[in-house]
Amino acid sequence: MTMLLWMIPIALMMGFLGLVGFMWSLKSGQYDDLDGAAQRILMDDEAPLSDPAMSTDD
Amino acid sequence: MTAIDATHTGFVPASQADPTAFVRRVDGHNELDLMVRGASCAACIARIETGMSEDERVESARLNLSTGRLALSWRGEPEAARELISKLAAIGYPATPYEPEADSDPQMVEEKRLLRALAVAGFAMANVMLLSVAVWSGVGEMDASMQSLMHRISALIVLPAAAYAGQPFFRSAWQALKHRHVNMDVPISLAVFLACGLSVYETFIGHGDTYFDAAAMLLFFLLIGRFLDMRLRAKASQAARGLAAMQAASANRVLPDGRIEAIPAREVVAGDHLLLAAGDRVPVDARVVEGEGELDGSLVTGETAPVAAQPGAQLFSGMLNLDAKLVIEAIADRDNSLLSEITRLVEAGEQSRSHYVRLADRAAKLYVPIVHTLAALTLVGWFVLLGEPRPAIINAIAVLIITCPCALALAVPAVQVVASGRLYSEGVLVKSGDSLERMAGIDTVVFDKTGTLTEGRPRLVNAAEISAEQLDIAARLARTSRHPLSRAVADEAGMGETADKVTETPGGGLEGEVDSVKVRFGSARWLGLESGADPHSEAWLCMDGREPVRFRFEDQLRAEARRTVKAFKQRGCRVILLSGDRKIPVDHIAGQLGIELAFAELKPQDKIAKLQDMKADGLKVCMIGDGINDAPALAAADVSISMASAAEISQAASDFVLQGDRLDKAVVAAEVSKGAKHRVLENFGLAVIYNMIAVPLAVGGFVTPLIAAIAMSASSILVTLNALRLAR
Repeated sequence: MTMLLWMIPIALMMGFLGLVGFMWSLKSGQYDDLDGAAQRILMDDEAPLSDPAMSTDD
Repeated sequence: MTAIDATHTGFVPASQADPTAFVRRVDGHNELDLMVRGASCAACIARIETGMSEDERVESARLNLSTGRLALSWRGEPEAARELISKLAAIGYPATPYEPEADSDPQMVEEKRLLRALAVAGFAMANVMLLSVAVWSGVGEMDASMQSLMHRISALIVLPAAAYAGQPFFRSAWQALKHRHVNMDVPISLAVFLACGLSVYETFIGHGDTYFDAAAMLLFFLLIGRFLDMRLRAKASQAARGLAAMQAASANRVLPDGRIEAIPAREVVAGDHLLLAAGDRVPVDARVVEGEGELDGSLVTGETAPVAAQPGAQLFSGMLNLDAKLVIEAIADRDNSLLSEITRLVEAGEQSRSHYVRLADRAAKLYVPIVHTLAALTLVGWFVLLGEPRPAIINAIAVLIITCPCALALAVPAVQVVASGRLYSEGVLVKSGDSLERMAGIDTVVFDKTGTLTEGRPRLVNAAEISAEQLDIAARLARTSRHPLSRAVADEAGMGETADKVTETPGGGLEGEVDSVKVRFGSARWLGLESGADPHSEAWLCMDGREPVRFRFEDQLRAEARRTVKAFKQRGCRVILLSGDRKIPVDHIAGQLGIELAFAELKPQDKIAKLQDMKADGLKVCMIGDGINDAPALAAADVSISMASAAEISQAASDFVLQGDRLDKAVVAAEVSKGAKHRVLENFGLAVIYNMIAVPLAVGGFVTPLIAAIAMSASSILVTLNALRLAR
């Protein structure tokens, strides 16, 4: 049962980290534009990475 | 062209206003926030952001897709703003500058605070459940010291969490008690307090069951309800602010050295000389200094006849300059203009509305005394039965915890969020949850005429009497002018050529040459003719050596007006027309729509008086209007609806805003509101059934923390699911 003395604080600590993480994300404005974030992932990067196997013309 | 019907179409897109007035200088950079129309997809983000970044002055361009706002920053001249906006328009996204609200916007602050409280309550609930489940399933096996340890850890988590997350309820309950009311927050706070207090006692002294989990769960569910309510309001007011930004007002100040400077309208002070181009709205109350012309005051007064302006004439903010360039002198700043008088009337109206008691509060009025009496009876009963105080107190507290109006507090906001979400998708903006409740009970619908039942702009009505050739000649002149009657002719004729050597006489008409023949198109007075006998707006076409031709114009009914009036009548509502316009056009419109009761020539105060008479007769009145002159009436009615093209202040005063000016959506709003009320009552019914099962258990002393947890979460989930049915 002494195991519990370790497990409970560890469990609480993990929960607390999650809470802090949420608070941080809230504060840093990550929920300000939910629609935009969902769409931005579909956008191409501005400049394609150079690929030596391809020709360089556009 | 003297006679003009109302012209709401004269609305100037703010993109024509000078955006430089809204640029902020922050250490060497220029910053500007823009409201972008039409941005709704990933491709839009890419097009706008890369399009803007192509300009090498631009340092950053970031579009917020949820709000449609673009934050721009660039180096160099602030005047580049105009260029950037026209570039944006060229890409296909017309944008208007707006002033960002301060970071300390109370609504945003409150919303974030609720979200933080919700997160803390969620954390506490999840972790305490972990411990509680161990205690429940370990009954008989877990030794007393282990159980006590679990309880102590629970206390350590829940007490600070409850102290933090419970604040919204404690504060509101305290406010209510101070004013000798009860609201739902009183039993909620009591339940949380007693659950925590009892549990602390049992943990450290009594060694019985604890209710820490119940307290955390109560707060979590209740905060969800509170947060939904808050979101609803925030979303509505954000949309309303967006609409207001579309009308961002700027003014052109004439400096002493003759230069012209663009400033935001609120920076105008009395004595400033302002330049008012044709198509601009008067930013503040003012007097004409130079120039002659006509202004459309229909949005301000409801009268459709235009106001003549010559030096010395007084103008009110909100009037639209129709034809001539005017120099005006401000006689008041924005806060002291006619708008502020209207604002006062609006506030007075809103106060009378605040007497409305929300359904949830009415339920609380019934609920609180019953529950508290029950708890008191339980206490006395058990004390008499056993002769010991401890079990009596524990059972009484169990009654209070289990009857905590968790389902009730979730019942109303959940329904309202779902209902307003559905209305959003239908193009109706809902300002607050209780407007849905008020809308459900209406039995009288009052319409404004100009701009609400009608389109608010003139249309040519006697096209059949005019030959194609005459229309074509008139249109060649009309295409060069912004005057509403000219536009009506141009609309009728479609695209085409323009006449040569056209000159426009403000307040008179147009003169030009078609195939080297001199033609004139304008008012009877200007042309020296006798004007027609009927009340229509008119313009005459004169060609050398030919009989003058009369063009008649009329404000047209909206296509869906008839349908809307009929639909309200079918639902058993009385339909009434209140207008500031003259009697003849008002009666004409009323006759066309089959409205029996119509009042004309009403001033804003008269409209309020009429509404108050109706309310005194016990009618529940819904007002639908759009002009500035309607704003006080909108605020005075039980519930009000305005059009998206309405004056800013009217939108602020109304509960619903119809996007796209679709009048028939008012019926949808009434319909959904009625549905929402049914769901709310059903949810109350569910809550009552829950209590009928749970309360006898609690009174009988059978409620363990496990039973409390199951009962409370089950009832909350049930009412939420019932609310979701409305989405279909």
